[in-house]
Amino acid sequence: MAGSFDESGADLELVGVTKRFPGFTAIENLNLTIPAGSFFALLGPSGCGKTTTLRLVAGLEEPTAGRILIGGKDVTTSKPHQRPVNTVFQSYALFPHMTVLGNVEFGLKRRGISSARELAHEALRLVELDHVAGRRPAQLSGGQQQRVALARAVVNRPALLLLDEPLGALDLKLRRQMQLELKSIQSEVGLTFLHVTHDQEEAMTMADTVAVMNKGRIEQMGAPEELYELPRTTFVANFLGQSNLFTGDVVSTEKDSMTVDIAGLGIKVPRERAQRHAGEVTIGVRPEKLTLHTAKPESTAGVNILGPGTVIDVSFTGVSTQYLVQVPGLPVLTVFAQNMVFGPVAEPGAEVYVSWRVEHGFGLADEPEPEPKFAGDDDTRTIAVQRRQRLEDELDEA
Amino acid sequence: MAFGAFANSGPDLSAAAPRRRSYVAIILLAPGVVYLLATFVAPLVSLVLTSFKEPGGDFEVGEYVYAFRWENYAEAIGRFGEIFLRTFGYSLLATILALLISYPLAYFIGVTLRRFPLWQSLVLILVIAPFFISFLLRTLAWKAIFADEGPVVSFLQAIGILGPEDYLNGTAFTVIFGLTYNYIPFMTLPIYTSLERLDLRYVEAGGDLYAGPAQRFWRIILPLSLPGVVSGTLLTFIPASGDYVNASKDFLGSTNTVMAGNVINDMFFQSFYPLSAAVSILLMIAILIPVVAYVARSGSEDLL
Ligand SMILES: Nc1ncnc2c1ncn2[C@@H]1O[C@H](COP(=O)(O)OP(=O)(O)OP(=O)(O)O)[C@@H](O)[C@H]1O
Ligand SMILES: [Mg+2]
Repeated sequence: MAGSFDESGADLELVGVTKRFPGFTAIENLNLTIPAGSFFALLGPSGCGKTTTLRLVAGLEEPTAGRILIGGKDVTTSKPHQRPVNTVFQSYALFPHMTVLGNVEFGLKRRGISSARELAHEALRLVELDHVAGRRPAQLSGGQQQRVALARAVVNRPALLLLDEPLGALDLKLRRQMQLELKSIQSEVGLTFLHVTHDQEEAMTMADTVAVMNKGRIEQMGAPEELYELPRTTFVANFLGQSNLFTGDVVSTEKDSMTVDIAGLGIKVPRERAQRHAGEVTIGVRPEKLTLHTAKPESTAGVNILGPGTVIDVSFTGVSTQYLVQVPGLPVLTVFAQNMVFGPVAEPGAEVYVSWRVEHGFGLADEPEPEPKFAGDDDTRTIAVQRRQRLEDELDEA
Repeated sequence: MAFGAFANSGPDLSAAAPRRRSYVAIILLAPGVVYLLATFVAPLVSLVLTSFKEPGGDFEVGEYVYAFRWENYAEAIGRFGEIFLRTFGYSLLATILALLISYPLAYFIGVTLRRFPLWQSLVLILVIAPFFISFLLRTLAWKAIFADEGPVVSFLQAIGILGPEDYLNGTAFTVIFGLTYNYIPFMTLPIYTSLERLDLRYVEAGGDLYAGPAQRFWRIILPLSLPGVVSGTLLTFIPASGDYVNASKDFLGSTNTVMAGNVINDMFFQSFYPLSAAVSILLMIAILIPVVAYVARSGSEDLL
C-alpha cells in the first residue's frame, strides 16, 4: 500500500470478538459486518465499549477472542501501522511538538506519498484551517483541534476511517457543517466510515446503518428509520428517542394483531411488530404517535384508547408541546403534540384521553422486569414530575 | 528559550506581566540575585584577575601581584592544548555512552514499568543507590576491579582479548568508564522525568498513522523526551569535563590520561595560581561554546 491511496473502502467484519480487561468484560462476543463504502454509526451510552471497539479495529488493543477482517483479510494479529485504517481519536492526540501542517502530513509522509504537502493543505482547507497550518496544536481552540484531527485522518484516504466522537467539541452550526462535509467526503471517495457517537440525532442523520450498543453488546442494528420505528429492546426504545412502554399479559391473538391486557384495557399491537407473542410482554409507542383528546373518543377498529387520565405537566418546546399524562394504573405517558393552534390544548389537571393507531405500536423482546417500566426512566424531567407527584400525594394524605 | 530545556516548558509570563508587579518581582528575585553574585560572579571576577597576575617582587614561589600578563593564557594553550582536546574527547564519549545506557533504562522505568508503581520506585532507587557510597570509594573500588592482577584483566587475558603484558588501569578505557559510570544517574533521572510524563496516546496515534516502531521512536518519543535528554547530557558533559578524580593517577588514570581538571588541580597545588586560573577560564570557555551551541539548537523550533 506504500505510496498509493486505497481505491475504495473496505468491508469490516468482526467475528465473535470479545475483549476482557482484568476483571472487566468490555466487549462480549461482538459480531458485526460493515459493508464497503457504508457510513456506519455506533451509538451507545458512555462506557458501553464504543472506544474499545474502535481500538480493537485499529489494532491498538488485542481481542481476547475472535477475529477482525478488513476487506476480507484477517488483520487480527497485524500491528496498527500495517492496517489500512485511520482514527480520529476522542482525545485528538495531536502531536504537540509538530505544527498543524506537520500533523496532517505525518501519515502521508510515513507512506512515502510525494505530494504530501499539497494534500495536507488541501485537507486543511477542507476543514477551514489552512490559515493556522503553521501553528502548534496548543495554540488552537478545542474545536479547531478536533478539525485538525479530522483532517489528519481523512487526508490518508484510508479504506476504513474510524471516528470516535469527532464532532463532540463543535458548536451546533459547525457541527452540522462538518457532518455534511464528512458525509460528502465519505460518498465522494467511497470510504467506509465507522462513526462512534452518543448523539442519536447525529447518528440518525449521517449513517446508513446505526448500531445501538449497550454494555459491550449490540442491541439492535439497522437503518435509522427502522431502528426508530421498530425498536426491539427496552434499551433501544428508550435510548433512541423516547417511548411509552407498558407491560401486560397477552390475552388473545387475532390474525394480524394481538391484544395485551394493560391495566384492564385491551391494547392491540400488530403481530409482525412484536418480538414476543405470548405471556407477559412489554409493548410501546412513540410519544409523537399519540393523540390527546379532551373528550372520550369514539372507539374505532384499529385505534387504541387509554383514559381517562390527568395532565400533570405541560412544557412548550416551540414546534411541539410535551404533555405528561397520568392514567391510573399506568406509568406516566409522554405525548408530543404539534403546535397547530396557539397555546396548549390542555392545562395541567385537565382530564384527557390518549389514542394511537394500532400499527404504530411495537412489542419488545426483553423479559419484562418485575417493576413496570417507565417511559424514559432516565429522563430527569419524568423523574422530577414523579417525585413531585409523590410529594403531593404524601401532603394530601397528611 | 535557550535554557527552556531545563524548565518544564510553561508559558512565558514575563512579557505579559503587568508593569505594576515588577516591583514585587524584584523583591522576590533579590535573594537569588544576591546568591548568584556571591557564589558565581565574585569568584569568577577573582579568577579572571588571578589569571592575569604576574610573579611578585621577591620572586618567591607563590607570590603574585595584579597585572595584565596575557602570556599566562598563551602558556596554558601552548602547554596544555592537547589536554584540552583530550578532556573534550573523553567527556563527549562518556556523555554519549551514558546517554546510550541511560535512555533505554529511563524508558524502561518511566514507560514499561508505569503499570507497576512499586517496581518503578524500586528500580529508581537502584539507579540512585550508588550515591549512598562515597564517590571516591566507588571509583577506588573500580580501580581494584580493573587492577593488573584483578578479575577483569585476568579474565580478558584468559580469553585472549588482552595480551599477557596488557593492563586496563590508567588507560583511556578506564577513565572513560569511570566518567560514564559516575555520571549515569545524572543522565538517567532527567530523561526518566521526561519519559514518565510521555503521553502514550501520541505513540498510538503515530502507529495509527503508519509509523513503525523506529519511526515512532525518532519522530514522537524522542522529540517529546528531548528536554530530558538535553538536561541529562548537560548535567553529564559539564561536570565530566571538569572532573579531576577519574583521570587522576591515584584513581583510574595515569600521566597519559590527564584531563584539564587534573592540570588545574596540579598547577594549583604547585602554587602556579595564575596558570591554574587561566586553564580554568579556558576550560570554562571551551565548555561554554559547545554547550551554548547545543542548547540553542535543541531549543530552536525546527530541530526535527
Ligand atoms: N484499559 C482498560 N482497563 C480496564 N477497563 C477499561 C480499559 N479501557 C476501557 N475500559 C472499560 O471498558 C468500558 C468501555 O470503555 P470505552 O472507552 O470503550 O467506552 P465508550 O463507549 O467509548 O464510552 P464514552 O462514550 O464515554 O467514550 C468502560 O467501562 C471502561 O471503564
Ligand atoms: Mg469513548
